[in-house]
Amino acid sequence: MLKYLFKRFALLLLAAVVMLPVFAAIEEIQFADEEQKARYQALIAELRCPMCLNSNLAGSDAPIAADLRAEIHEQILAGNSDDQILAFLVDRYGQFILYKPRLQAATALLWFAPPLLLLAGFFIMRRMLSNRRQLAAEQGSLSEQEQQRLQALLGNAGDSNTDKNDKNDDMTGANRG
Amino acid sequence: MSNRAKLFIPAVFFVAMLGLLFYGLGQNPNLVPSALVNRPLPEFSLPALFETNGVVGSEQLKGGIYLVNFWATWCAPCHVEHPYLVEISERETDITFVGVNYKDDVDDAREFLGERGNPFKLSLVDANGSLGIDFGVAGAPETFLVDQSGTIRYKHVGVIDNRVWDEVFVPLLAELR
Repeated sequence: MLKYLFKRFALLLLAAVVMLPVFAAIEEIQFADEEQKARYQALIAELRCPMCLNSNLAGSDAPIAADLRAEIHEQILAGNSDDQILAFLVDRYGQFILYKPRLQAATALLWFAPPLLLLAGFFIMRRMLSNRRQLAAEQGSLSEQEQQRLQALLGNAGDSNTDKNDKNDDMTGANRG
Repeated sequence: MSNRAKLFIPAVFFVAMLGLLFYGLGQNPNLVPSALVNRPLPEFSLPALFETNGVVGSEQLKGGIYLVNFWATWCAPCHVEHPYLVEISERETDITFVGVNYKDDVDDAREFLGERGNPFKLSLVDANGSLGIDFGVAGAPETFLVDQSGTIRYKHVGVIDNRVWDEVFVPLLAELR
């Protein structure tokens, strides 16, 4: 029984190994070396498909994405640098094709708005907290009248050290009244 | 500012944000600004669709107003657009309509124009879509308006019908004529 299962498993494993290159052949693209392949993968991951708007070239089935992947592949094989390839594509498809827009006058707001908003939020929060602390301090402090009454009570308490029992009676009396 | 007025700041901010997002919803996300507007026509030399061994080159598109239309028989919107192009080309005789048959079967393309009328004075074949990449085309149909100096003045993505023609192209042409 066990032997039979093992045999079956081995057969499945063999089939998987044999079929592996068949699957891989679907998107198999030839490069001179691993570095070129890595550059290709990085480029198609960071470039946006001009047709589908919300996916990169790597993840798009649109015909234009396939064309642009082929174009990038060709240019890498031709020895063009990443900058040259990006310039080629921006020249034709505009900044739009870059998922990470370049820092320019037109994109400055895009780059700086998030940190500026964060900073503004931080300052607003700090001011609110200090306002609240001030308010708490104001509410916590006593008015002049209250201060006098407190002093009077404390003063009485200080005097009463000698005759405790008497004072206690007074205090209870005052509390009741 | 009084504390009472301050309470309304988040509400105002919220309404402003809502307005901005609502405005964004009304925009067409497919209207990507073209990188080629106000730039010279890309240079090309490609086989003509009808004349065997004929070639259509960019130097032929000089000294007049040209409308370069990327189309294909596999593209459903191009079928919608085609009768309008035929009609407009008959009316606007001073504009040279140039048809770029984009990644198509040339026999199908010839048959299509033979049956339904040919609005194009010049027809060329972009079999692998390389001219499309030079024009920054994401898909068919796309149409470029070229002025007398060989400069691209406008790119239209999608179908041209009578409404688009009257609202978009007629004012642009009034400037050029």
